[in-house]
Amino acid sequence: MRKTWWKIIGVALVFYTLIAGMLMDAPRLAILNETIRAMHFHVPMWFGMVIMLTASAVFSIRYLRTGNQKFDTYAIELVNTSILFGILGLTTGMIWANYTWGAPWSGDPKQNASAIGMLIYFAYILLRNSITDPQQKAKIGAVYNIFAYATLIPLLFILPRLTDSLHPGNGGNPGFNAYELDGRLRMVFYPAVIGWTLLGVWLTELRIRLSFIKSKIDEED
Amino acid sequence: MISIFEKEVKLEWRNKTAFNGILLYLVSTIFICYLSFNLKTGQMEITTWNALFWIIIVFANINGVAKSFLQEGEGRMLYYYTLCKPQVILSGKLIFNVLLSVLIALIGFAVYALILGNPVSNYIYFLLTILFASIGFSGVLTLVSGIVSKANNSTALMAVLSFPILLPILLMSVRLSKNAIDGIEIGLMNDKLFTLISVDAIVITTAFILFPFIWRN
Repeated sequence: MRKTWWKIIGVALVFYTLIAGMLMDAPRLAILNETIRAMHFHVPMWFGMVIMLTASAVFSIRYLRTGNQKFDTYAIELVNTSILFGILGLTTGMIWANYTWGAPWSGDPKQNASAIGMLIYFAYILLRNSITDPQQKAKIGAVYNIFAYATLIPLLFILPRLTDSLHPGNGGNPGFNAYELDGRLRMVFYPAVIGWTLLGVWLTELRIRLSFIKSKIDEED
Repeated sequence: MISIFEKEVKLEWRNKTAFNGILLYLVSTIFICYLSFNLKTGQMEITTWNALFWIIIVFANINGVAKSFLQEGEGRMLYYYTLCKPQVILSGKLIFNVLLSVLIALIGFAVYALILGNPVSNYIYFLLTILFASIGFSGVLTLVSGIVSKANNSTALMAVLSFPILLPILLMSVRLSKNAIDGIEIGLMNDKLFTLISVDAIVITTAFILFPFIWRN
């Protein structure tokens, strides 16, 4: 009944990323050397996180418009998966930074901004847990989620570009071209983004179904 | 809208202890900082001066502006609800909170400059930064205080919820005021000022769109 083709594609792409990202020929660059391979695992985390947070904000808007509890469940589970992706993104970023920038935490604007972003969404979870009435919880949670998203965008996409950053594409540095993101890297990188995002969506879908089943059991009791 | 604003001003005027409380909070925090750094006036490094100033302002704002919805009783909320639209209530509160927050920042700056020295060289931009930062702060804090008033009214929740979303505005203003202190070329500052204004605009627009939803129940 449920379509499975996109799950298969997702898993296949992630496996392709693992194998190709580790084994395929990568451009040799000063300082970066072989750590360029981390890009296939670090950058897709942020792509996945931003895509899922956007989806979550959209579902929160739809919840406020329709009052359908289903959309609220979508929103919260998407945020949960995004937090997982965010933590993974931070960790992979710190490992990568340890080898290229010399320290796991170098106070880079993007690094700080993403840590703040995590704080925002932890606060969102805390807010939801502190309200007991489910309707109230959904409504207030949705409002905060949209508000948080509106402030997250300048945080992640505008502020880091105003200052010098160690990340490429900031402070006047050229974007991915600095890595000579040539055919060899592109061939792994774009599938990696799609694959990780699909995996995240699948994870979310499982959690949404779990929470529907839980609420059904609660109703029967 | 004007009557809500008037009511807030009157309430604040009658209940002077609250405002005096914020003032005292501000002055004593500044004095504590002065004593703990153990410096003579004007010896503090500019970066530290700047960072400390904004931290003090943020905390005073959270204490002062946060109570805008928390102090309203259940009955009075219902009374407002029958009287006027949520947008009207929000704008009344917002105007009052912006005034309050600008006042906090100005008084804070005066006392701070008196005790810890005043390195500012471009006053126009410094004051503009204070103005737009205050608008942003009060926009965020008004909405968050509305949200928290619907939860269990805990002050800890207020701080946790508002800190991370205050940060973009705070970071912008710290950078901008650093520039104003150094007195660098105006053309370089305009960019950042516009970014700060647009962040303010985003915050206030979303607050206006979202407020009716928390108000309705």
